[in-house]
Amino acid sequence: MRAPIALVASGSVALLSLLIALAFGSAPLTLREVLAGLFDASSGDISNNVANIAHDIVWQLRLPRAFAAFACGGLLALAGVLLQALLRNALADSYILGVSGGASLGALGAITLGFSAMLVNTAALAGALVAIALVFGFTLRGGAGNGNGVWDVYQLLLAGVVLSAGFAALTSLILVIAPGAQVKGMLFWLMGDLSYAESPYVACVLLVVLTAGALALAARLDILGLGVAKAQSLGVNVSALQRMVFFGAALATVAAVMLGGAIGFVGLMTPHAVRLAGITRHHVLLPVSVAAGGAFLVLADTCARSVMAPQQLPVGIFTALIGVPCMLILLGRRT
Amino acid sequence: MTLACHSLMLEVAGRRLCRDLTFTVQPGEVWGVLGPNGSGKTTLLNVLSGLTDPAQGRVTIGDKSLRSMKAIERARFIGLLPQHEDITFWGTAREYAELGGFPHRGGAWFSGRGGLDETTVTLALRQMDVAACAGRRYATLSGGERQRVRLAQLLVQAPHFMLLDEPLQHLDLNHQREVLRRVASLACEDDQKRAVVLVLHDVLWPARYCTHALLLDGRGGVRTGLAADVLTQQHLEALFGCALSPAGSFKAGFIPAL
Repeated sequence: MRAPIALVASGSVALLSLLIALAFGSAPLTLREVLAGLFDASSGDISNNVANIAHDIVWQLRLPRAFAAFACGGLLALAGVLLQALLRNALADSYILGVSGGASLGALGAITLGFSAMLVNTAALAGALVAIALVFGFTLRGGAGNGNGVWDVYQLLLAGVVLSAGFAALTSLILVIAPGAQVKGMLFWLMGDLSYAESPYVACVLLVVLTAGALALAARLDILGLGVAKAQSLGVNVSALQRMVFFGAALATVAAVMLGGAIGFVGLMTPHAVRLAGITRHHVLLPVSVAAGGAFLVLADTCARSVMAPQQLPVGIFTALIGVPCMLILLGRRT
Repeated sequence: MTLACHSLMLEVAGRRLCRDLTFTVQPGEVWGVLGPNGSGKTTLLNVLSGLTDPAQGRVTIGDKSLRSMKAIERARFIGLLPQHEDITFWGTAREYAELGGFPHRGGAWFSGRGGLDETTVTLALRQMDVAACAGRRYATLSGGERQRVRLAQLLVQAPHFMLLDEPLQHLDLNHQREVLRRVASLACEDDQKRAVVLVLHDVLWPARYCTHALLLDGRGGVRTGLAADVLTQQHLEALFGCALSPAGSFKAGFIPAL
């Protein structure tokens, strides 16, 4: 697919998904009311109560939620692209770094101890950082032993998988021994939920910054796919690139997990779907994946909060429910 | 400009392969590197390309030490065709070949075709007889087609010194000849700016296409010099540890005509 077409198409899909997210929700607003609320900045007029409510719903509930979903999905897709390039493994996704395992363990531990929401978040962040440090440490110790600091990516992959399994076991242990009243909140955390997403606009800025940074490395990421020796002989500083990609992906994943918990499937699936559409070079793959991942999570989250409204469901359920058939169709079309 | 080794000592996993190896590759020369399995041919190429440091000694290009050069600067002078690549490339053959232009774009912002002459890539693909595969995904190509696409990438990179580790692997007889002829003629083109170093397993091809030869026996023994002086029956029998007879002495012993 031509690059400009892909960029315009994915951008349009992203905008459309945001519009859909604004239009649907537990409060029955017509599209006209939503648009009026969106563009009518004069909420000071007390006489027009309906317009005020629409304005508040759009600006204070739906828009921040939609942006949180977009940022979260975009960050997960970005991390997925980066890690698949770094590990040269199509099955890599953002959780290979152990981030979700570490964050989940921290969060669930804090919930068990009856901590406040803010402390739960802090504990999740701490857990994620510990997990990243462990994976990084084991990767560094492994080294390919060739003296130029290039990582053995299998060491990284194995360290991530093994540590994730350990975190999963501890997480299950907490789920089993936790009092029943707490388990539901824990499940929401584990399946991913954007209801308590805070500061979505900070995450949006981070998404833009990280995507721009990754774009600057796009040519090098292409070349990394040729193998380490070839990449080095073409003038790429592989060990520096590996470190930048690792920490870029880690930062993106931590930010996404802090927004919405451990939302699965976006980081793994989005880059594949984009590649199946014939986009493989990173200078297009990166922005298109970010837009597609963001749009995908926005739509999944819209379903999560409106299908059984006012009951909210974990968005992780919908990323898989929508994603699996989409992916299977793409895979089937290919063969 | 020359590529020179000064008293190299090569070691792999503590095993000493050779020491005090000194030789100079001049522009216009085609070097054939021969030796038994595990004798250090690939290690030598990695050292020559600056990917690994020798246990002792140094490699210079012109009057500059390879170690003091930045990777991207080095890539404009030296190109390497690795023997084995652990590869995950999702794009097409053409996209694969295009990446050879990276050192000349200086790692520009976008990896598009900016600055890279599109005809350079087309020409390289045509010279390696893979223009027909250009739009196919690299992963779907046959072994020989992949090998020729990899060679085309090196032609796009167009370094002064081309180091090819077993360039003939997977190639049919005709393409072996075409590739060697193409690569050897590079050393003569453009006022003899370029030189080629080939790791080969066949002793007929270097006799025909190489100007110089380097024999590594992996036990410390090294022989360098003009191909005609080095590639003698006596030297090759000692190198490989088996008796040799001229190819013409068999009823069915063929090599492509010149």
